[in-house]
Amino acid sequence: MKILELWHHKRTRQRLFQCAVVLILLVVVGSLSYNTWTNLKSRGIQSGFDFLMENSGFDIGEHFLISFDSSDHYWWAFLAGLLNTLKVSMVGLICSSLLGLMVGMGRTSHQTLIRWCSRAYVECLRNVPLLLQLLMWYVLLIEYLPSSETPYSWFNAILLSQEGLALPQLMWSSNSSNDFLDMQLLWSWPIRDIYGIHSDLNLSPEFISLTFALILYTSAFIAEIVRAGIESVPKGQIEAAQSIGLNDFQINRFVVLPQAAQLIRPPLTNQYLNLIKNSSLAVAVGYPDVVSIANTALNQTGRALECISILMAIYLSLSLLVSWGMNQFKDASSIAIEKDKERLERSRLDPQGTGARHA
Amino acid sequence: MKIYLTYLISKFFDALKSSHGNLICPLTMFLVLILSLPNNALAGKTLDAIKQRDQVVCGVNTGLAGFGAADSQGKWTGLDIDICKAIASAVLGNAEKVKFIPLSAPQRFTALQSGEIDILSRNTTFSLTRDASLGLHQTAVTFYDGQGFMVPVKSNIKSAKQLKGASVCVQSGTTTEKNLTDFSKANKLDIKPIVFEKLEAANAAYFLGRCKAYTTDASGLASIRSKEAKEPKEHLILPDLISKEPLGPMVRRGDDEWLAISKWVIYGLIEAEEYQINSKNIENLKTQSTDPVVMRLIGKSEDMGKLLGLDREWLSRAVSQVGNYAEIFDRNVGEKTPLNLKRGLNALWSQGGLQYAMPIR
Repeated sequence: MKILELWHHKRTRQRLFQCAVVLILLVVVGSLSYNTWTNLKSRGIQSGFDFLMENSGFDIGEHFLISFDSSDHYWWAFLAGLLNTLKVSMVGLICSSLLGLMVGMGRTSHQTLIRWCSRAYVECLRNVPLLLQLLMWYVLLIEYLPSSETPYSWFNAILLSQEGLALPQLMWSSNSSNDFLDMQLLWSWPIRDIYGIHSDLNLSPEFISLTFALILYTSAFIAEIVRAGIESVPKGQIEAAQSIGLNDFQINRFVVLPQAAQLIRPPLTNQYLNLIKNSSLAVAVGYPDVVSIANTALNQTGRALECISILMAIYLSLSLLVSWGMNQFKDASSIAIEKDKERLERSRLDPQGTGARHA
Repeated sequence: MKIYLTYLISKFFDALKSSHGNLICPLTMFLVLILSLPNNALAGKTLDAIKQRDQVVCGVNTGLAGFGAADSQGKWTGLDIDICKAIASAVLGNAEKVKFIPLSAPQRFTALQSGEIDILSRNTTFSLTRDASLGLHQTAVTFYDGQGFMVPVKSNIKSAKQLKGASVCVQSGTTTEKNLTDFSKANKLDIKPIVFEKLEAANAAYFLGRCKAYTTDASGLASIRSKEAKEPKEHLILPDLISKEPLGPMVRRGDDEWLAISKWVIYGLIEAEEYQINSKNIENLKTQSTDPVVMRLIGKSEDMGKLLGLDREWLSRAVSQVGNYAEIFDRNVGEKTPLNLKRGLNALWSQGGLQYAMPIR
């Protein structure tokens, strides 16, 4: 009878159900992995992550922060790809936030022209699939740029051609190779010769079009989020701010945006995650992001499961990292407002301001 | 297995209809499906499965003129396509009983490993890594190729060694990438590969001038030049070949009978050319020939098909419906086609080439 009693106890019953679900999940995952493993083995498909320590044997068109050579290991290739993904994502996150903020504020502007332009921007960009936009920018870019023999040039310092945008870069260098005191900051200028353009800082057309497409597409969504946030701030707040003589900039800076930021943060995090994941469309335009590297590694080694799981782990950790960062941001910005609310609540309970307030 | 699954699925829908909102049922079904599916590919031989569904499922290129491409009516043509057709006519008696699954380069091996296709006939290079680590078998070489470069004529590049520091367009998931790197390193060229997942994107980037050169197998270059270039004459395929690329179909491991059938149909097509049996004269030969080899090939004397698990007429059907190797080559990639490829390495061994079929006897 004891058992029946347990069954009638609501919380025990719930726990039993939870245990059952976990058990079923474990059985499913376990049998799937076992099946996969035995099947791979029985068909003579080699598996394991040992390939990461082997020489990659392929080249990567562009790398960021680190150098890469075909004699480097596979894991180094994955790292180079990851850094390329991060490069696109970081530039994308910052620029699309700024652009989205501007357009979003434009959406709530009092001036009809600005409002309509912002609206057209949002509707055009968010209603066309990103892949199409990306291919369009890429094809337009390489179609209309001149070849590397006749680049657009700005004092031979900035060169724009089908090879990309070559910029001068500030570098540490010294005349005698092992003297640190002799080091000085020098500009390294792009060089043109018969083989084309060589530069230490070169933004390839693939990078430019991918970043551009991601920024435009994501900023349209961010603009709508910003607009919703701004419109959620009660009109009374703005009127109150006006009545104490704040100008438009001050109203936005000190009254509207801090309150809107609260509401904007969670959907904004979503858009940031989308942008990072969308950067995997890079393979369509030949930008060597981490997916492109994984594709190549997968083909060279045949380790499909391993390469895909590495990719999944990378995107999962990136996304978790961004979510975590955005939560930290909440803690910093919302504390002041929480305190304000608390104070408001207290003053309502104790209108005279006697007693409860601590010195 | 298939019947069992169909039964389960129909039961599943019945159950859904009768008890909406009952979650236990779909969950159990899901479990049953998951637990039973992975074993599916191992049960039964490929040949039995093909006979049962009355169709060969063949993985092909998404669009490489001359090798595997669908025309505007959705009809597939090409050398790789004809190999699949020949196998279908040998096995099922009808060259049209093939279902073509277009696959991108990174997809192809997984599709074959997972049992989605019976045979992969998609200008695939044979190599040690692929033979030894993918769980796949290489059958027989249908096309001897080598990796080359295509450049615009106006660039004045005459040799691959002039590609110093150049951006080169490549399709991902191919042996091409590695060959390019090896070549670049050996000659200190510092070539920058720009890797595209889709053939179409790589083509577009090259023809818009993003890359100084385009690299893939020389036959592929000829195909792309004839099909995609506005003016084929404005593009030059450089004479240097930087690798050996023996292309041919692949099959899954664990089914030796199917491997043998795939291999011997290809040998049969080459052997038919060697003994001058083609789709036009085969009916006459059936009644008039006295040559013992020819009689064996067309199934008039010994029954070679029986050893492969096929019937007596297997090869004669393939030749009469699809043609011998020479007919297949000339029709798809030969000198009268836009690709305009010479037989070269692909001529018979007796005519200075490399095509040497194992003897059918």
